[in-house]
Amino acid sequence: MITVQRADFDPAAELAALREGRTDVGGVALFVGQVRDVAEGSGIHAMELEHYPGMTEKELARVDDEAHRRWGLTATRVVHRHGLLYPGDNIVLVAAAAGHREPAFDACRFLIDWLKTRAPFWKREHTAEGARWVAAKEKDDAAAARWEEE
Amino acid sequence: MKLLYFAALRDRVGTSEEDLTPPEGVADVRSLLAWLRERGAPWSEALADDGSVRVAVNQAYAGPDTAVKAGDEVAVFPPVTGG
Repeated sequence: MITVQRADFDPAAELAALREGRTDVGGVALFVGQVRDVAEGSGIHAMELEHYPGMTEKELARVDDEAHRRWGLTATRVVHRHGLLYPGDNIVLVAAAAGHREPAFDACRFLIDWLKTRAPFWKREHTAEGARWVAAKEKDDAAAARWEEE
Repeated sequence: MKLLYFAALRDRVGTSEEDLTPPEGVADVRSLLAWLRERGAPWSEALADDGSVRVAVNQAYAGPDTAVKAGDEVAVFPPVTGG
């Protein structure tokens, strides 16, 4: 299931919902991304997350479908926030439930790596020097490229 | 055709949305971007660097050869930074 929302989420509640009523799950890998108070040497007061409503949900669904296709997962969960966030706030949660730990770990990593380079979100950091758009990072492209199929 | 601009690109263009009727001959993303640049500033500058411009047609990523036509929703934006 995929949700794009302004409101906060509770990782424990998301995990419980993913597991509820399932006895075929051997392991769940779950990643939570949150706002850090420092980036490239400056203090971050707040982080604005803009997105492209409509395409965001479609692109997240494409990434989620691909994870299911590759690893035959039991269930997945993707929650991504938008709007104005503060240091320590949750940004994103991805979770993959599978029969065994390997597909759960791999799919969880895949979900966040592909989401970062594909889902149309843009971060804007508010610092003491003013607000600035975050530039895309080469290491994120490299992380996503690890999952390209031959 | 509806054009949408997001994030830093929207700031540079100065608008988030415009309704356009491109001339005949603008049939793909490559020719659409070229036509937008020909309109001069701010498009010529905002869209100058192909490497930092992403395009989606009807909410799916598009390449230079992707077809565009009247009624399409075309979004232009910088590389994404979510997660």
